Amino acid sequence: MSTHLLEARDLEIRFGGVVAADGVNLTIDEGKNLAIIGPNGAGKTTFLNICTGWLKPSRGQVFFLGEDVTRLPPRKIVQRGVARAFQIPQLFSEHTAMENLLIAVSAREGRQSPFLQMEAQPERDEMRELLDLVGCADVADARVDALSEGRRKLVDIAVALALKPRLLLMDEPTSGVASSEKFEIMDILVKALARADVTSVFVEHDMGIVKNYADEVAVWNAGEVQMRGTPDEILAHPDVIRDVIGEEAA
Amino acid sequence: MDYTIVLLAIFDGLSYAALVFMVAVGLTLIFGVLRILNVAHGSLYAIGAYLTASIGGAIFAAGFAPILAFPLMLIAAALVGILLGGPIEYLLLRRIYHKPEVLQLLVTFAVFMILEDVQRLVWGNQPYFEASALQMLGNIQVFGVYYTVYQLILLPVVAALTLIGLRVFLRKTLTGRLITAVTEDREAAQSIGIDANRVYLLTFVVGAGLAGLGGALASPTTSVLPGIGAEMIVLSFAVVATAGLGRIEGAAIAALLIGLGRSAATYTFPELQVLVPYLIMLAVLLVRPEGLFGSPAARKI
Amino acid sequence: MTIRHILPAIALLLIATIPFTAPALQILLTLALAKAIAVMGVTLLLRAGQVSFGHALFFGIAAYAAAFVAASSLDDLVVLLIAGTLGAAVSGLIVGLFVVRYRGIFFGMLNLAFSMIFWSVLEKFYHYTGGADGLRLPRPSVLGLSLERAPFELLLFYVTLGLTVALGWFVLRFLGSPVGQLFQTVKTNETRLEYLGISARTTLLKGYVLSAALCGTGGILVAVAQGIVTPSYAYWIRSGEMVFIAVLGGAGSIPGAVVGAVAYEVVRAYAAAFAADIWQLVLGVFLLAVILFAPGGLAGIYEGLANRLSRRDAPSANRKPAAKEVHS
Repeated sequence: MSTHLLEARDLEIRFGGVVAADGVNLTIDEGKNLAIIGPNGAGKTTFLNICTGWLKPSRGQVFFLGEDVTRLPPRKIVQRGVARAFQIPQLFSEHTAMENLLIAVSAREGRQSPFLQMEAQPERDEMRELLDLVGCADVADARVDALSEGRRKLVDIAVALALKPRLLLMDEPTSGVASSEKFEIMDILVKALARADVTSVFVEHDMGIVKNYADEVAVWNAGEVQMRGTPDEILAHPDVIRDVIGEEAA
Repeated sequence: MDYTIVLLAIFDGLSYAALVFMVAVGLTLIFGVLRILNVAHGSLYAIGAYLTASIGGAIFAAGFAPILAFPLMLIAAALVGILLGGPIEYLLLRRIYHKPEVLQLLVTFAVFMILEDVQRLVWGNQPYFEASALQMLGNIQVFGVYYTVYQLILLPVVAALTLIGLRVFLRKTLTGRLITAVTEDREAAQSIGIDANRVYLLTFVVGAGLAGLGGALASPTTSVLPGIGAEMIVLSFAVVATAGLGRIEGAAIAALLIGLGRSAATYTFPELQVLVPYLIMLAVLLVRPEGLFGSPAARKI
Repeated sequence: MTIRHILPAIALLLIATIPFTAPALQILLTLALAKAIAVMGVTLLLRAGQVSFGHALFFGIAAYAAAFVAASSLDDLVVLLIAGTLGAAVSGLIVGLFVVRYRGIFFGMLNLAFSMIFWSVLEKFYHYTGGADGLRLPRPSVLGLSLERAPFELLLFYVTLGLTVALGWFVLRFLGSPVGQLFQTVKTNETRLEYLGISARTTLLKGYVLSAALCGTGGILVAVAQGIVTPSYAYWIRSGEMVFIAVLGGAGSIPGAVVGAVAYEVVRAYAAAFAADIWQLVLGVFLLAVILFAPGGLAGIYEGLANRLSRRDAPSANRKPAAKEVHS
């Protein structure tokens, strides 16, 4: 049996009386983009929080490349190759988009010298390409708190990519992005991920995006992974249409 | 060890805890509601003490009965609360509720700097000592140990009444419930028509008045001199941090812990007396960063 | 080269000629620049969104360390500077390990608590510290040379000026470097910092140790200039003064710290005669005024003027303010 990229075993977590994860098992394999869908409040974001060490499950374990990372803090898991983009973008609000990426790359490279200046880092061009990739090259020098929510989300993804992760977790990557641009951006993003050998997991509500860009889909409902399969199988399943897609349409 | 010394240490600790609690409870009440740490709180304590000691000294010298010391304390507390607390909240804090925490700290720190000099201007550098209230109540013998009624009975009783009074006020009265509502969710409270500004003003006046009362009560037991305000803000912060910011009952327990710890040190390692409250705070915070009764803040992402 | 850069250069040159053009101001400026170095420490922390009400702790620790060394056979200015700064940095590391677990209120107040603890230790353990009278710090030799008072003070002036420029330059380099940029993100987003694989505490600790060392260097220079160290070096009033100057100069601006310190000392030297009893009061009122009405401080005002001037010269105005304000 080959090692999974990420494996969640028997996860359980509760908030007060609400069960957000109840005996969840989920594996993620290299090279397959997995979409997680499900009704709001089903615990999808909680799952990302557990996988990255932000929350500790009351039971169960998380393995990354075969190593138990359940009790590690987020930064240690990030150092092992997991990056994350957030539903609410987490950026350095007083810095420009470009500076956000340069800060990320200096964290990646572990730079310590107080004499090297941030702008003089050799990865400047690489970062510019990343910004270009997410369609934000034109706002490279604007402070991120002046950008639209959609742009901030894209910069947030670029920051995560700047870490050169093995696995990228994205929470609704295109919410807040104008629907006319969604597909274009996902096209570029998915190609870039493939080129950089990054596997991605994304929580998504837009079934069009799921259908076009996921290799696999997991349905998360009531704290459980209820189903898993190819987008065509899953999106055609009557339960999914009733519980998930129906809700989205409503 | 001689048991009378143990008893003395306990009594010292108890009366000291009662005084510190009076100040700390105002600090924590204000923080709980306004989410502002009032660095000038220690100055309000000092001014309460100065008012009581100086006015008391003057009227007793003029032949008035020493019993007036007690109403005088309440008057001093009310003056501090209304004449200082009111304007500070109304003119200053009201402008900065939406500003970053660092800035709020700087503003109350500036008020602290101003009030420290105001004390010097009004009362000078010489110490004031006026102990009529303490002498009037006399001594009491407990298990063979003599102690002043004022420190052993009056101070703890006032502190306990304050604690119980605040609890009842916050839970049973309408105003108290309004305060609690604003504390829990300001926007929701405003949306149902609660005037949050009035609640903030009232809370600050009450909290400032408690600091003034703490100073008034402390004045018969110690010399009132410059610098007591600075020491008291640090000390009452130690109590409040040990308990967890915003925890009223917790502040009582932390005050006892720190008061007893301090007096234990007084009788064993007197050099460490001033350090003990901070050592207790540091020890607690090392184990529980949010204090004994605080709950860690979770950030939603 | 714009007017923005020329003016500071001219100002520095003018200060460098003070011993010859206005010798009466020499000692005043030595003290002002020494304080400026200490204030840089407080300013640095403001860049990470934190305010410390107890940084006089490191000012005092370094001054006392220097006084102890001066009492030994190693009483050389260079040794004093190294020993004192090292003492401040090591105590900064120890205190820092504790306080970097906190932000905001707790960070500010715990620093205050530490400084008050140290202050009462200084007062109580008078066998070692001389109590409230403090310790004398006799004039040290300089690289083995014993100097008379006048040449020593002249030398101390230039050493202080040189250190102000060198350390100011270093802090600016630090802030512009990757470590320094990560340090400043503690102010804006610790969640993202963690998800870059960086510990916010470690990052903050690095800056904290640097800030303690800066305060220490300032403390030694003031102690050597005054020839005495007292517990007031570590008292909250001193910490408050540093915070005041940092905010006055421009919260977060390193050149602002220097300008603020010089302006502060000069005003104090002349105004203190009229306002000695209400000095804290005046400071408090000024602090409120700056916070509420000119949150960019002196640096912010200067930037505003420079922007207006350069806009007149060239239409391409600066895209973003150079001084990052704490309150934005």
